Amino acid sequence: MDKKYIVSPNPHIHANVSTTSIMRDVIIALCPAIVVSVLAYGWSELLVLAVSVLSCVLLEWAVTKWMMKRPSTVGDLSAVVTGLLLAMNLPSAISPWIVFVGAFVAICVAKLPFGGIGQNVFNPAITGRVFLLVSFPAQMTNWNPTPGFIPLPDAISGATPLSALKEALKSGSTIPQFMETNGYDLASFLWDAGASAGEISAGALLLGFVYLLIRRVVKPWIPIAVLGTMAIISAIFSGINPEVYTGVQFNLLTGGAMLGALFMATDYVTSPMSTLGGVIYGIGIGVIAMMIRYFGSYPEGMSFAILLMNCTVPLLNMWFHQKKYGRA
Amino acid sequence: MGKVTFSMGGVHPHDSKFAHGCAIEELPLPQTVYVSMAQHLGAPAKPLVAPGDKVLVGQVIAEPGGFISAFVHSPVSGTVKAIAPRQDLAGNFMMHVEIAVEGDEWDPAIDRSQDLVTAIPDDKAAILDKIKAAGVVGLGGATFPTHVKLSPPPGKVAECLILNGTECEPFLTSDHRIMVERPKEIVVGAAIMQKVLGGCPCVIGIEENKPDAIASMSAAVAELGYPNIRVQVLKKRYPQGGEKQLIDAVMHRQVKSGGLPIDVGAVVQNVATSLAVYEAVQKNMPLISNVLTITGDNIPVERQHNYHYRIGIPLSYIVEQAGGIPDTAAKLISGGPMMGKAISNLDATTVKGSSSVLYLSEAATRRQLETACIRCGKCADACPMGLEPFLLKRLYKAGDLDGLEQNAAQDCIECGCCLYSCPAHIPLLDHIRQAKGQVMGVIRARAAAAKAAAEAAKAAAEAKK
Repeated sequence: MDKKYIVSPNPHIHANVSTTSIMRDVIIALCPAIVVSVLAYGWSELLVLAVSVLSCVLLEWAVTKWMMKRPSTVGDLSAVVTGLLLAMNLPSAISPWIVFVGAFVAICVAKLPFGGIGQNVFNPAITGRVFLLVSFPAQMTNWNPTPGFIPLPDAISGATPLSALKEALKSGSTIPQFMETNGYDLASFLWDAGASAGEISAGALLLGFVYLLIRRVVKPWIPIAVLGTMAIISAIFSGINPEVYTGVQFNLLTGGAMLGALFMATDYVTSPMSTLGGVIYGIGIGVIAMMIRYFGSYPEGMSFAILLMNCTVPLLNMWFHQKKYGRA
Repeated sequence: MGKVTFSMGGVHPHDSKFAHGCAIEELPLPQTVYVSMAQHLGAPAKPLVAPGDKVLVGQVIAEPGGFISAFVHSPVSGTVKAIAPRQDLAGNFMMHVEIAVEGDEWDPAIDRSQDLVTAIPDDKAAILDKIKAAGVVGLGGATFPTHVKLSPPPGKVAECLILNGTECEPFLTSDHRIMVERPKEIVVGAAIMQKVLGGCPCVIGIEENKPDAIASMSAAVAELGYPNIRVQVLKKRYPQGGEKQLIDAVMHRQVKSGGLPIDVGAVVQNVATSLAVYEAVQKNMPLISNVLTITGDNIPVERQHNYHYRIGIPLSYIVEQAGGIPDTAAKLISGGPMMGKAISNLDATTVKGSSSVLYLSEAATRRQLETACIRCGKCADACPMGLEPFLLKRLYKAGDLDGLEQNAAQDCIECGCCLYSCPAHIPLLDHIRQAKGQVMGVIRARAAAAKAAAEAAKAAAEAKK
């Protein structure tokens, strides 16, 4: 043999998947929801998305290059996904510098200090979002819709359905009254006005998630556990007292339920490896989110629920393993 | 019966069976063959010939070197030139018998006609002796001596003979071709093994991507009319041809860790082994030849072949006969792309279990740079043994042998599904193979220590008397 041939152990072929291809699939899956939100909120939404993605990518590039002195991981597109998810959790009217602060917390606090991709304990986008929520409560709850490219039906100005409901309940009205005045119906499956990009259309998010399932990027168990738990809890409570507790449809279609269950809770790094662990993790998220919605002072609890359950992942990974062949 | 498959893990690589339409051709003989003494699992065989001896085709040239070992026969007629070490595929020096080819004279006891012999001898011991004397070993990859596998230990009963026609490795087509071209011989071989095992049912497992093989084997089963033999169609999924996976797919039973298939009543034999059993028992033909595939990605069909070869032929000669190494080839592999071995030495010779020479292009085979684990769990989803490769790799890096044993590193079958499916291109199997070796060492040392302690206690007890 004159020519040198490669000699290495098996396997000699590869499935042709990479971190980059997986992240690209997630970006594609987010596109329907992004398109809906840009149509609804116009240039301001585009600005928030652009600032968030650019900040995340540039921060990751700069920190890996100059502080960590290791090969840049920007090419794997995970910073783009973090940027998109962060932007989809913010009101379109928010000012760009606050978006940058959120991106900074996501990349430079939640992700890179732990060792970068694959090592972070908490979901970076949610950490950034929660930081902004407690630091800039006024700006983060200004849900006045910015002018979009197409007219929105029945916009509730200044509040998400969840926060409007919380206010209404505080002022003594009941849920049937709230529903009557605000006209919340099935159409909100497609349009959920007065919300962030990631919360506006449950239908668009589901469409993207189906793409991820078909591409075998994620498995459905965690979202089923999260949404199933939320549905069961709201069915029980609204069955007991429909005047005070909202029903199944309202809870699944409003706020961050869909975005959280489909795209945040399924984050590889911060969710358990085993199926059983994932189901327990999902149930935990559903219970905490519903408790905050019903009994907490915040109108929405998905972000806190996911962050809290992120803490349990190392334990769940230690306790629950996949079933092994030939071992009872 | 619907299509079945095994219950956990597995991957779906493109099957790339480009050579499945190439009929089996007889490979011409070279001037010299080098017959390895280590063509089977277990102890190497002991040469019985000396330089200068004349040998006939099919004459015994080496005897078993232990209980798990096998006879080796001369694949050619001619003169023994030397008995000397020579590098095998992996570059290890092994004893080889060098024979200069002179004509093609066969041992007269061998029936070389193509007539099908369907009458099966009655004496089980005689059948087993014939299989042993013919040097038959498992041709599915492990080359375990067949007569040992067909003699279950006392107290163990075979409940099902599974004939492995899955050929789940991409590219390989040799089993496919023999099932299409020699189905009746394979079925008679199965009936012989069935008889030796006491008449248990026999299931011939074939993956759905070989419809012509399924048709020809089903027709042969129906025509020959042996009782209790049937063809089972399996879904296409790698590594279905793994013994443990095939038992799971066909019998829905799982072999315990460290156990043998016979513990759950299963005996698995490859279809090529069945053909060898037929030839040994019905034709007195020792195992001196087999079928191998020459194929690869981006190779023109006219350069792809299924060759009927004699053992001991240097790979370089086969490659030359097939038109030389294609320019696109970056890696040469003996076996399939998932579990085959990279060829570092084309002077290595064919052995009983050779199944292919596979050319892979740089694009198909070059490993990508390793990046950070993103904990996607794809390796655990792909593992057909239900292991967690990401965890085993971490434990190995940390040197935690106890953790590795608890997490069953020793159960790894080295199928390559974990590395195949890892998006971060982490060389999981490379690490786990090392870990497995170390854990097996610990387990063996512990077993040896326990045995020694038991013997010491026994000796002490006897001394007291």
